[in-house]
Amino acid sequence: MALMETGKYSQGSLLGSVNPDLASERQTASFSVEKLTAWLDGGTEHTRLRRAVVEAIECDPVFSRENQYFESQNERYEAAVRKAVHLQKKMDEMGWTENGPEFKALSGDLAFLLHRIFTRSISMLGSDQQIAKWIPLATQYQLIGSYAQTELGHGTYLQGLETTAVFDITTQEFVLNTPNISAMKWWPGDMGRSATHTVVFAQLYVNGKCYGLHPFIVQIRSLQDHSLCPGITAGDIGPKMNFEHIDNGYLMLQNVRVPRENMLSKFCEVQPDGTYVRRGSQKINYFTMTTVRISLILDEVVIPLMKACTIAIRYSVVRRQSKLKPGEQEAKILDYQTQQEKLLPQLAAAYAFYFISDYLQELFDRGYREIQRKNFDMLPELHAFSSGFKAMVTQYSTSAVEICLRACGGHGYSLLSGLPSLYTKIVASCIYEGENTILFLQTARFLIKCFMAASTGQPVPPSVTYLAAVTPEKCPAKNKLDFLSPDIYTEAYQHMAARLINSTAAKLQDLVQSGVKKHDAWNQCTVQLAQAAKAHCHYITVKNFAETVEKLETQPGIQKIMKHLCDLFALHGIFSNAGVFLHDGYISGAQMDMVTASYLDLLAVIRKDAVPLVDAFDFTDKTLNSALGSYDGQVYQRLYEWAQKSPTNKQISPAYERYLKPLLHKTLSKL
Amino acid sequence: MCVEWESALFLFSSSVLSLEALVINDPDFQHEDLNFLSRSQRYEQAIRKSSLMVLKLREYGITDPDEIYWFKSFVHRGRPEPLDLHLGMFLPTLLTQATPEQQDRFFMPAWNLEIIGTYAQTEMGHGTHLRGLETTATYDPATQEFILNSPTVTSIKWWPGGLGKTSNHAIVLAQLYTQGQCKGLHAFIVPIRQLGTHEPLPGITVGDIGPKFGYDEMDNGYLKMDNFRIPRENMLMKYAQVEPDGTYVKPLSDKLTYGTMVFIRSLIVGDSARSLSRACTIAIRYSAVRHQSELKPGEPEPQILDYQTQQYKLFPLLATAYAFHFVGAYIKDTYHRISGDIHEGDLSELPELHALTAGLKAFTSWTANAGIEECRMACGGHGYSRCSGIPDIYVTFTPSCTYEGENTVMMLQTARFLVKSYTQVSSGQQVTGMVSYLNDLSRQRIQPQHVAARSVAVRINDPVSLVEAYKARAARLVEAAAKNLQAELNHRKSKEDAWNRTSVDLVRASEAHCHYVIVKLFTAKLAEISNAAVRAVLTELCLLYALYGISKNTGDFLQAGILTDAQITQVNQRVKELLAIIRPNAVALVDSFDFHDVHLGSVLGRYDGNVYENMFEWAKKSPLNKTEVHESFHKHLKPMQSKL
Repeated sequence: MALMETGKYSQGSLLGSVNPDLASERQTASFSVEKLTAWLDGGTEHTRLRRAVVEAIECDPVFSRENQYFESQNERYEAAVRKAVHLQKKMDEMGWTENGPEFKALSGDLAFLLHRIFTRSISMLGSDQQIAKWIPLATQYQLIGSYAQTELGHGTYLQGLETTAVFDITTQEFVLNTPNISAMKWWPGDMGRSATHTVVFAQLYVNGKCYGLHPFIVQIRSLQDHSLCPGITAGDIGPKMNFEHIDNGYLMLQNVRVPRENMLSKFCEVQPDGTYVRRGSQKINYFTMTTVRISLILDEVVIPLMKACTIAIRYSVVRRQSKLKPGEQEAKILDYQTQQEKLLPQLAAAYAFYFISDYLQELFDRGYREIQRKNFDMLPELHAFSSGFKAMVTQYSTSAVEICLRACGGHGYSLLSGLPSLYTKIVASCIYEGENTILFLQTARFLIKCFMAASTGQPVPPSVTYLAAVTPEKCPAKNKLDFLSPDIYTEAYQHMAARLINSTAAKLQDLVQSGVKKHDAWNQCTVQLAQAAKAHCHYITVKNFAETVEKLETQPGIQKIMKHLCDLFALHGIFSNAGVFLHDGYISGAQMDMVTASYLDLLAVIRKDAVPLVDAFDFTDKTLNSALGSYDGQVYQRLYEWAQKSPTNKQISPAYERYLKPLLHKTLSKL
Repeated sequence: MCVEWESALFLFSSSVLSLEALVINDPDFQHEDLNFLSRSQRYEQAIRKSSLMVLKLREYGITDPDEIYWFKSFVHRGRPEPLDLHLGMFLPTLLTQATPEQQDRFFMPAWNLEIIGTYAQTEMGHGTHLRGLETTATYDPATQEFILNSPTVTSIKWWPGGLGKTSNHAIVLAQLYTQGQCKGLHAFIVPIRQLGTHEPLPGITVGDIGPKFGYDEMDNGYLKMDNFRIPRENMLMKYAQVEPDGTYVKPLSDKLTYGTMVFIRSLIVGDSARSLSRACTIAIRYSAVRHQSELKPGEPEPQILDYQTQQYKLFPLLATAYAFHFVGAYIKDTYHRISGDIHEGDLSELPELHALTAGLKAFTSWTANAGIEECRMACGGHGYSRCSGIPDIYVTFTPSCTYEGENTVMMLQTARFLVKSYTQVSSGQQVTGMVSYLNDLSRQRIQPQHVAARSVAVRINDPVSLVEAYKARAARLVEAAAKNLQAELNHRKSKEDAWNRTSVDLVRASEAHCHYVIVKLFTAKLAEISNAAVRAVLTELCLLYALYGISKNTGDFLQAGILTDAQITQVNQRVKELLAIIRPNAVALVDSFDFHDVHLGSVLGRYDGNVYENMFEWAKKSPLNKTEVHESFHKHLKPMQSKL
């Protein structure tokens, strides 16, 4: 297995031989890890391919991340550029494609991610001529692109962006300006230091009339010496919680002129005489964001969550603390119910979200095919789903990774655990590509609309027909085992989601009928609306998990453990949101006790397979880059050896000579 | 409402405010924005300031522990610093556990910083579970020395602050072996670096444990000892002793250590309040400056603080910050009140206070930890920039969920006390203090119904009535946990197994108990406020705190029949009404915390609200902007472009 081969360390070290505490966990697996991995990958061939790429990358010293935690912002940035450049070379050599698995193998520690978004937005929003002109240049890295949308003063609320692009009919150019400080582009990746070009989103003005936001290709740095172009002010926005390797930038435009052909014009165009022509829905301009939202769920959220679970669960069987029985050895901390209750629901969520990302990808592919045929009917649903699931999955996973971090106690706080950087990275996903609360409200708007339509008998997309369905008023469960039936809990979720959407819609109507203005009524219901949208996404996730398990008939060994995880995910959700299930008496107090009992029983069942379940994610040690989570479980040895390599131990600290010595020797007053 | 008056009453004394001015106006304590410095540079700055701080404390004659605490906090702007353990643990431990002769030898040199010490307890393999520590100190009567050893990798001391690079001595906790017997953990003064050269002594391996989430200023260290010998007189022997021939003399009581723990945990409760207050200040001020989207068609973009969802994120946290201030003050006062008794040897009140502070430490630090992140995320993308200051507050605060007792373990300690009290009540005894509500259970027993099913006629606008509701919830969850524990005991052989299988329930019971205590203390505080306007706004906050807690835990209140569906709907509605009521006072309520801009360290949270201009100024100083064209261009980008 690829995993085993990566753990090669110096002779005489324990590293490489598996800690017996981890080895014993693997002997009792109730299923074949290899089979589960293959199933997750979509077949053994995919697994083989993925491992080959990962190995090719990890055996290349340029891609080493061993010193990552010790590096400064400048060093991280330089390393990221170095790796991105090297990757291009490697891709040419190996014949890899742009959308292949190699990016994931590098764990995102690369520059030029925005270059890909730049390329993607030109492919999607550009005319055929624009694609023919720019894509080869971008692919050949004759230019480096970025994507400049967010401004200092505005993010998710795109209509509020203030950058302007005024059409000058005499020169056939657009004149771009940053009219005030809050209009400065702020945050775009790769823009602070690297990019030569960027797609700027600006309010288009033709003959004094504003046509709203449009994308423009703007050159910002010289292709010769990389100096800033005239009229451009750009730089790095300074240190952040993470992404030190990326030069998120600012950009100020002063009368910057670009030719008419630089407005991306697949869907809208300004003709030479200033006539504005629109083809299709204007919403299509936001389509890039929908795409990005769906793809980020897997790459930027689910995979980091899987890594965090791997690290925390492996560490929890190596760490022994206190005694469960007098006279016995200290217990593995994963044997404590409280530790299981922290980690195992997060593991179940990682699987649940992995499956929901598949579901969304399918929905998206279907929608994209339609859009190619200029049929925009699926856009609202696609937009609502990508928004809501992006919000739910990022919010849930962020807190899940933080739970994993804190579940590792003090050592989790060391950067060498790998957990802080996973957390600070995943937490950004709650904001970028749309702030979560606003995204939930967008989904809510769609749901309320569908609810209104469904209740008057009009057709709605299949995913929301449940809003009009009639469900029993009481949960039929009689004992705790009944709660292990997917029908029982899926129906409970459905009932709960429908009730929340229903009651919020009713409240909105009441307010409007009592004379409150529509927008005020909306604001007064937003807390409830966001909750309803979240409930909808939670329900779909549970339902999709249950359906995924059902389809596993041909693989009984895997199906059984997946069923346990599905049950755990569902019951954990009921247990932790008891109020909304109890509220209208759908689940009774006595039934809630059954849920709790079944939920706690499941923890002990899944505990036995916890390590095999994270092994199946098949991360190499180098990918995890964690002293606590490595495959061999030699946690303490690795932590000790790695810490000794810290620059603080290698360099002589100037602080001693300058300050400590005078302090110790009482000569400080001379300072 | 009167901001000045507020701050004077609740948060700081006037002498503290003058200390702040003393530090902030001192040119010696100025330096470049720490966000732009490397870890080594941050450590160096911290050492420089600490050294000056010690001199200035002496110069100004500041000796009161509270005043030293505040002075330190202003110098280091709430961040940890390398002398923390010297001042906070090494010196106090010498005072409390050293014999007079030992004090003669060590105290004055340590006071004068010829000796810089740390407190080395935690090991790689063990933290909160102290009995599991593995470092050994074996007495050798032939030379009258202790031989210190780190027998395994897991026994390496790991994490002590100031150990890596700063200290030349450490108080080491080790398992004492004498005459072939293990006598448990004891403390030893161990020199680790040569005075003069600062080089590690032979037999000592010492260094920095590497980069962490936060605490960049602190050289958390490791220490490995190989047959390292120290004289017999280096064991701290005020209580337990080893005589020259190796005879072990037992200490009188071990409950005394409770006192220190209570004190430190009370500091963490106060720190939870302060850290959350800082985050709230930043998020609320920024939310008043940031305009976004539209509430009414055609009108200018509103302040984001006018959105209900934003208020719903921030105001409950603001209320929580106030609640925790009062809880922190209560514990500290209680500790001071009974510390006289403790000194006299009367330890009767200690167990309850110890159990209560364990739970409150966990409850407040968990809540503040999540709350700080919530504040940061409420600031959107800019919250993620280091210039917001919240990332720093978070990474500095979050380890308090782990240190001084891992939170889950703390909750279970409180649970042990609750179950014990419940058992006492069940056997007909009365209990006192914060758990006295359990006494009602025995009266309740006459009736066959479930304890909490007895209806509490809850009035949702009356804090006193809400305290009763929280009390009923705590009683119900303590009873449920105790009964589940009993059921497990009936099924299984071992006590430990049963306890483990009930621990999720037990933690819930402790949380409910702590939540009740906090609502109770907040409510009690209202009566002490004489200014009517201040009392009015704090009553709103108190109501919000209590009602929001119910709306987040509706399951507990519904299942126990404390509140009906209709009441829950009312509670949810009332929470939203309170948000609108508090909105006009929101900025004044954070201004009352009275954090100086320098201490707040945030561009988003500036008192003057000039956010965007200052973000731009700040960014221009970023290390990546030092040169107009970054060297990576010449090294990597250009060669690539020419090759492709």
